[in-house]
Amino acid sequence: MSKIKAAILGSGNIGTDLMYKILKNEGNMELALVAGIDPDSEGLARAQAKGIRTSHHGIAAILEDPEIKIVFDATSAKAHKLNAQSLRVKGKLAIDMTPAAIGPFVVPTVNMKEHIESMNVNLISCGGQATTPLVHAVNRVVPVHYAEVITTAASVSIGPGTRQNVDEFVRTTANAVQQVGGAKLARAIPVFNPAEPPINMTNSVYAVIKEEFDEGAVISSVQSIVAEISSYVPGYRLKGIPFIDYRETPWGRLPTVVIMNEVAGDGDFFPTYAGNLDIMTASAYKVGDLYAAHFLGSKEVSR
Amino acid sequence: MKIPRLTDTTLRDGDHAVSHSYTPEMVRTIVRNLDEAGVRIIEVSHGSGLNGSTIQQGFSTHSEFDLIKVAVETAKQAKIASLFVPGIGTSDELREAAEIGISVIRIAVHCTEADVTEQYFRLAKELGLEAVGFLMMSHTQPANVLVEQAKLMESYGADCVYVVDSAGALVQSGVRERVSALKEALTIEVGFHAHNNLGLAIGNTMTALEAGADQIDGTLRGLGAGAGNAPSEVLVAVLNKMNLDTGINLSILMDVAEEVVAPLMETPIVIDRDNLSSGYAGVYNSFLLHVRHAAEKFGVKASEIMEELGKRNAVAGQEDWILDVAVELAEKKGLKV
Repeated sequence: MSKIKAAILGSGNIGTDLMYKILKNEGNMELALVAGIDPDSEGLARAQAKGIRTSHHGIAAILEDPEIKIVFDATSAKAHKLNAQSLRVKGKLAIDMTPAAIGPFVVPTVNMKEHIESMNVNLISCGGQATTPLVHAVNRVVPVHYAEVITTAASVSIGPGTRQNVDEFVRTTANAVQQVGGAKLARAIPVFNPAEPPINMTNSVYAVIKEEFDEGAVISSVQSIVAEISSYVPGYRLKGIPFIDYRETPWGRLPTVVIMNEVAGDGDFFPTYAGNLDIMTASAYKVGDLYAAHFLGSKEVSR
Repeated sequence: MKIPRLTDTTLRDGDHAVSHSYTPEMVRTIVRNLDEAGVRIIEVSHGSGLNGSTIQQGFSTHSEFDLIKVAVETAKQAKIASLFVPGIGTSDELREAAEIGISVIRIAVHCTEADVTEQYFRLAKELGLEAVGFLMMSHTQPANVLVEQAKLMESYGADCVYVVDSAGALVQSGVRERVSALKEALTIEVGFHAHNNLGLAIGNTMTALEAGADQIDGTLRGLGAGAGNAPSEVLVAVLNKMNLDTGINLSILMDVAEEVVAPLMETPIVIDRDNLSSGYAGVYNSFLLHVRHAAEKFGVKASEIMEELGKRNAVAGQEDWILDVAVELAEKKGLKV
């Protein structure tokens, strides 16, 4: 069966972990190229060792190959802003793993269908991938007036990009909780915990509800979306059963759905505690695979 | 020993103890008294810093920007400060507070995460603010780590770095080591912020001064998170006895502590089992009321939750872990969750 050719732009840690995920899955993509800018990078050496074609000419090597249809951008927001237009001109789908957010936010379990014709999609943030589906799962049962998401990750798993721009994480994630999760109002708060041994990523969602609702339906909706997510992020699980807590809020004393979640990584390249990084690469893989399936499907149709 | 600069943080750290219910009238009265007494720096904001009004930290009943505005308008001599925790606050709230007229921003992070503060120190200096670094949960790290972290803050433009005993877990030797190490390594000022879980808030503050601290914190009647802080009026009384004249009027402080602040307390702040276990386990003091809420909801003991949170090394901002721990403890006991 023919597969869709994909390339990874960026041979750093994220690109490398994603490479292992593409290689270990029998999906609809074939990894045709890993492109970086440092000929001596560990990521390129690891790709070569796996028999994958590599280049240290960055985006240029990808643009030269008309066969490549899907490009995972694992560089930086600044670089993606420069790359986005040329990828679009060449008709390549960009799956943006940086905070650039040029294209719409996508979460595999929530809004892929809406954006299946898009040529540039963005993966939000680790906290966004982990929490927006949980908010969505509540919101599809009863409207969420206000959602607050707390993302805690091991200090050692937080890179310099995030550390230098915490504001960006906060704004992007809160925007996604509204746009993708459906909450009317939202806040997102990151916490970095330096405990040794490093902790797994944890997320907590508080969803404030203003009307009467069926608690059981909310809980099963959350449980079912968690099962869906864990099909592509195996270490994604609920901690305990979601419960309702009454809280004093600016809108009065209201029921608040409390959802606690943990994400352990799959250990492809990152250590298992780095669930925050794993959920980005696993979600990117899933998004790429869904697009590849769509491309294959539409090709068959056009034949 | 040097005469220290006292920052009164009743209207910030105390915000936790009153469950974020300060009104503009309370702020006006407390600021007026502190200002008249000669306190030079008065901190006002949500207990968890600017923009802290959340489910996780507790919603405020009044907009903190309204409260800060009242404070700025009321103070004749004193400068108004606010606390800022990256991730809870963003540059937008820092700009807004500066616009309203605060003079000092205290930028607080867990004591290993100083590198997230760079953008905020730079912004604070651009805005013309005095910028103070707050190394929270300082008991968790040895002096050499705190020195590295404090130096980062200094390189970003900090005017002072505080050793913050958020859990009230330090004893005097620990305070001495940390404050002396910072004094030796930095060219900027060094401060100390105490909590009273082990009954050492005043003692530790005096030790910090012996070790060379330039700035110290207090709250009227000790009104602060958990076991509370070094009471400002007691600090001034002790400093007077040591012939260190801060120029602060003790009788005004005693009066406002007794007549205005004490009546705000739902119960007197004492070192009860919850507060002692919190300090002993090294748990962030502002968790207290959230721990009590969870303990009641899930039928477990607050002190057991504290102990487990200590084992898990929870840091500031992790109030959600309280629920997680409470659920697990309840499940272990076979209680229905």
